[in-house]
Amino acid sequence: MKILVCVTSVPDTTAKISFTDGDTKFNKAGVTFITGPYDDYALSRAVELKEQTGGTLTVLNVGEVDSEQVIRKCLAIGADDAIRVNCEPKDSYFTAVQIATIAAQEKYDLILMGRESIDYNSGVVHGLVGEMLGIPSLSPIMKLEIDGTTAKMTREIEGGKEDIEANLPLVLGCQEPIAEWKIPNMRGIMTARTKPLRVVEPVGEDMTFTEKYMLPAPKGACKMILAENAEDLIGFLRSEAKVL
Amino acid sequence: MSVLIFTEIDNGALKKSSLEAVYYGSEVAKMKGTTATVLAIGTATDDELAKAGNFGASKVLHANDSRLANGNIQAYSDVLSLAVTQEGAETIILAMSSLGNAVAARVAAKLKASIVSNVTELPDFSNGIKVTRSIYTGKAFAKVEMRGEKQIIAVKKNAISVVESSNLAIVEPFTPTLKESDFAVKVTGTHKASGIVSLPEADLVVSAGRGLKGPENWSIVEDLANALGAATACSKPVSDLDWRPHHEHVGQTGIKVSPNLYIAAGISGAIQHLAGVNSSKVIVVINKDPEAPFFKAADYGIVGDVFDILPRLTKAVKAL
Ligand SMILES: Cc1cc2nc3c(=O)[nH]c(=O)nc-3n(C[C@H](O)[C@H](O)[C@H](O)COP(=O)(O)OP(=O)(O)OC[C@H]3O[C@@H](n4cnc5c(N)ncnc54)[C@H](O)[C@@H]3O)c2cc1C
Ligand SMILES: Nc1ncnc2c1ncn2[C@@H]1O[C@H](COP(=O)(O)O)[C@@H](O)[C@H]1O
Repeated sequence: MKILVCVTSVPDTTAKISFTDGDTKFNKAGVTFITGPYDDYALSRAVELKEQTGGTLTVLNVGEVDSEQVIRKCLAIGADDAIRVNCEPKDSYFTAVQIATIAAQEKYDLILMGRESIDYNSGVVHGLVGEMLGIPSLSPIMKLEIDGTTAKMTREIEGGKEDIEANLPLVLGCQEPIAEWKIPNMRGIMTARTKPLRVVEPVGEDMTFTEKYMLPAPKGACKMILAENAEDLIGFLRSEAKVL
Repeated sequence: MSVLIFTEIDNGALKKSSLEAVYYGSEVAKMKGTTATVLAIGTATDDELAKAGNFGASKVLHANDSRLANGNIQAYSDVLSLAVTQEGAETIILAMSSLGNAVAARVAAKLKASIVSNVTELPDFSNGIKVTRSIYTGKAFAKVEMRGEKQIIAVKKNAISVVESSNLAIVEPFTPTLKESDFAVKVTGTHKASGIVSLPEADLVVSAGRGLKGPENWSIVEDLANALGAATACSKPVSDLDWRPHHEHVGQTGIKVSPNLYIAAGISGAIQHLAGVNSSKVIVVINKDPEAPFFKAADYGIVGDVFDILPRLTKAVKAL
C-alpha cells in the first residue's frame, strides 16, 4: 500500500500567540513548533498500517524551510521519505491544490490527514483534496482498519459515531483514538537524517488574503462568590449575565 | 445572485445551528441587496421547513431523496453545488459541523470558491468581501479577504445574535440527478445518544473534569445539566480514562464550543482545555483550589467542593 500523510508544523499547544509587523505576521519568536496533534494521530496509524501491509509511507508538508524540523521527526517516527512544498500555507484552497497536485502524480492508496490543523482549525483541507482528486473524503475518523482494498472506519458525528465502509483510494481526517502517538527512538532519529526530503515549488495562487491578525479583548475580572452563598450564582446568571 | 444557505435536518426539523446560519445568510443577502435561499436535505414537513422564513429566508429548496438519509458527504456536496448553479448563488453560508465542513470543502473545490471557516462576525463588504475568523483555537482572530468569485463561509456558533420574525418561506421540492459514484461510501451503522442536548448545538454546557474523581459521580453533573436543559461536557483526561464518551471532550484536541454559558466543575483550566471553550459568552468555574488557572478565564468563580456546590446549584435552578 502506498500511503501519504499530510502534516502541519504548528505552534506548541501551550504557545503564547502574538503578531508582529503591524499585526500582519505571526510572531515566531520564542515559539516551539510541533507536528499538528491530529496529524500525529494520522502518522501513527499510517506507521502501524505500513507495518501490517508493507508498502511505502511518505509525509508531505506545505510550508517554509523551518518546518523541516517537524518533517524530520515524522521520518524518525517511521515515514520513508518526505516532500515539502516550499511556501507559506496561508489559504486552505491553495494548500489543498499543492497536496492534490502531488497526489495526482503519485497515486496514493490512502491519504491521511489530521481532522484539523491547530493554527487555522479549518477542517477543510481533506475535503478539498478529496474532491480535487475525485475520491471520497471522510473526517473525523477515530478507527481505521484496512482489509484488502476496503477500509472499515468509525467516524465521529455530533453526539455519537457511525461505522463506514469504502474502497480505497480515500482521503481521511484522523483523530484519537485511531492510534497511540509514537515517539521516535534513537535508531529512528539517526536514520531520519539520511532519508530523502524532496523540496518542490508551489503552483497556483491563494484564494484568500489575510489582511490582519487580532487578539481577543482581555477578559474582565472574575466575580468571586463565596461557597456559602453559591446559590447566588443562579440569580447573577439570570439577572446580570442574562444567560438563563 | 441569491445567497444560499446549506442546512441540516435533525429529527424532522432544521438544526439550531443551521437556523443561526440562515439568519446570518439572510443578513448577508440584505447587505448584497438580494434574497436568501435555503437548501434542506432530508425528511421534514413543508410546514417545518417554512419556518426558515422566521430567520429571514425567502425560499427553501427541499431535497428528499431516500438515498440521502445518511448524511452522505459526496452526495450532499453534489446536491449543494447543483443548487448553487440553479440559484446562481455567489455566497454560500453554513454552520460548522462534522457534516457541514466536509460538504463545504468539497463544494469549494467543485466551484473554485474561496472558503473560510470559524467565521465569528458578519462580513465587511466595504472593500471586497472580508470576514473575521477565529484562529489558533480561539486564541486570536484574522481578518480575511475572500478573493474568489464565489465564497463559502462556515459560521461558528453564536457568531451573531438572531432576531426572529413571523415570516414564512416558500418551500419548493429540489430533485437533482445524482450519480451512482456519490454513494460509494456506505454507512453501515449509526450509534447516537438520543434525547440529550447535543454539545456543539447547546446554549448551556455543564462540564466536569478529573475533580469529579470517577464516572460514578457524574450524576451530580447530569442533574445540574438536566435542570438547566444543558449539554454535558468533560476535560480530555476524563474521556481518555473512559469516564465519559469521546464526543463530550472539549478543548484544543476535542470539540470547540461557544455556548452562552459554560460551567466548569473540577477542571483546572489548562491552556489546551481553555482553547476549546474560550469563546463561550459566560464562563463559571467551580474549583476547590483558589489558584486554579481557570479562574483567570472565568466571569464567575466559586472556590469550593464540587460535591457540595453542584447539588446546591441544581436545587437553586429547580427553585426558579
Ligand atoms: C497536546 C495536548 C492536547 C491537549 N488537549 C486537551 C483538550 O483538548 N482538552 C482538555 O481538557 N485537555 C487537553 N489536554 C490536557 C490538559 O493539558 C490538562 O491535562 C487537562 O485539561 C486537565 O484536565 P482536568 O482539569 O480535568 O484535570 P486536572 O488537571 O487533574 O484538574 C482537576 C481539577 O479539579 C480540582 N478539584 C479536585 N477535586 C475537587 C473537588 N472535590 N471540588 C472542586 N474541585 C476539585 C483540582 O483543584 C484541579 O484544578 C491536552 C494536553 C496536551 C499535551
Ligand atoms: N500546510 C499543510 N501542509 C500539509 N498538510 C496540511 C497543511 N495544512 C493542512 N494540512 C492537512 O490538512 C488537515 C486539516 O487542516 P485544516 O483544513 O487546515 O484544518 C491537517 O490536519 C493536515 O493533515
